[in-house]
Amino acid sequence: MSSTTDLPVLLPAAQRLAERARREREVGGPIPRLTARHGAWLAVILVFSAGAAGAQAGAAQESVLSIMLKWTPLLFQGFIFNLAISFLAMAGGTAAGALLGIWQISLLPPVRAGSWLVTQFFRNAPWLVLLFFCMFLLPFQVEIFGVVIPLPDWIKATFGLSLPVMANVSEIVRGAIQSIPSGQWESAESLAFNRRQTLWQIILPQCVKRMLPPWMNLYAILTMATVLASVVGVSEVMTLTGQVLSAEGGRTDLLVPFYSYILLWFFIYCYPIARLTVRLERHFVVKT
Amino acid sequence: MEGFFAWFQWLYDETGINLTYFYDSFDRARMIGGFFTTIWLSLVCLFFSSIIGIVGAWLQGSRLVWTRRIVQGYIQFFRNTPPLVQMYFFFFALGNLLPRVKSEFGFMEPMLGNFTWAAISLSFFAGAFNVEIFRSGIEAVPESTREAAESLGYNRLQSYLYVVLPLAFRVCLPALNNNLVNLVKTTTLAYAIAVPELLYVSNQIWSDSVNVPEMMTTLLILYVALVGLLVWAMHRWERAIRVPGYGT
Repeated sequence: MSSTTDLPVLLPAAQRLAERARREREVGGPIPRLTARHGAWLAVILVFSAGAAGAQAGAAQESVLSIMLKWTPLLFQGFIFNLAISFLAMAGGTAAGALLGIWQISLLPPVRAGSWLVTQFFRNAPWLVLLFFCMFLLPFQVEIFGVVIPLPDWIKATFGLSLPVMANVSEIVRGAIQSIPSGQWESAESLAFNRRQTLWQIILPQCVKRMLPPWMNLYAILTMATVLASVVGVSEVMTLTGQVLSAEGGRTDLLVPFYSYILLWFFIYCYPIARLTVRLERHFVVKT
Repeated sequence: MEGFFAWFQWLYDETGINLTYFYDSFDRARMIGGFFTTIWLSLVCLFFSSIIGIVGAWLQGSRLVWTRRIVQGYIQFFRNTPPLVQMYFFFFALGNLLPRVKSEFGFMEPMLGNFTWAAISLSFFAGAFNVEIFRSGIEAVPESTREAAESLGYNRLQSYLYVVLPLAFRVCLPALNNNLVNLVKTTTLAYAIAVPELLYVSNQIWSDSVNVPEMMTTLLILYVALVGLLVWAMHRWERAIRVPGYGT
């Protein structure tokens, strides 16, 4: 922009909104912005609903606190299971997505077009549909060289969740590579680096810090999406909570305490990640 | 047309690829119904979430502290909880609180059906994002632009309608599009409360005809085509009306 004027065409809010839209597009969905206040609200809801349930229950029944303590080990196992699904889906999705993202800037048109198509395909499909697709279409076991490998439900769910992660990582990688000024490529070429060397030794190392915040945002989104696996019957924390509630005789007064308890766990896990992401975003802000 | 449908019957007999929604008129009606339910649900939610967004943005500029706080609380609640939980909350918790009415067959039925609840919960979900988007869009238009419009003889409403809103809309559009695409994808969650949208009818069809692979593939292709078309059209529109120098 060459024009100089004291009067702005648009105020900074416009640039912020554009930046927000760009970030959301990179990870393919709204980015959660957790603050400490959200955790405090959850804790307040938990305490009050447990108190109300306890007051309703009367002396004859077990106290809400002891019911919750009794089931905590089981529910915690389910929660760990969610985290395991999120780790595996993130690892698989990142590995495949990084490859796909680099292919998206390939010099070979078929490779470029093919990886673009795959990326767009899995970015545009709803998560739940991909999850259903993997749950129903993957076999319950595969045979490789005579070795039978069973594929339990949760592995299929992990695979189903890693597909959208892959597509979004691919976009993050492509975006980061293209955000590196072209002068970097040209100066590397003048120093007699070939394309592969330029990419691995000059471009990608600079991309890492730009990719980290969106990658972490994607992880937070994925962690929250793991509860979708309950819709297809994987026994993760949401499914277990439903089972625990029916085991306790379907008491409606336990509904709010139990679910806010689970939400609080998710909060405690996601909050530090969200804070760190915000800090990294500020730290790595691209100066133009 | 009959020959076209009969071909799929032949395809099934010859290859075992069972696309029931082509040759079976009952399944065809269900599938078309599901497709249009998805689109209708998206349109209804788009309309109401925009209204919520505009009203919310206006209320956020209110002078009353508590009005602003309530709007802020609404945004925070709907932004940071999973839409599936919101839908369950609306359908099972609020739905049970409403009085039951007699249906045309004489059964006692909940006052609002599951489609209505899905539309309400998704509109509130998408509306929470729209409030923030519209708010920043209007904030982005400088006071001097409004004053310039006033000096040209526009009154308050006119300057708002012809100067502020068009500019704000051009700033908002990319973020609004993200929200819209996300909304269309989120309509699949209405499956959980048995709204007969695309995912739900496909589930019914594959339960009846045991043609899971065919239905899953159809479903995936339909959604990708729908969302892909939307994204493509919206990006073209965005590029056409973007304000030079702002965003990419």
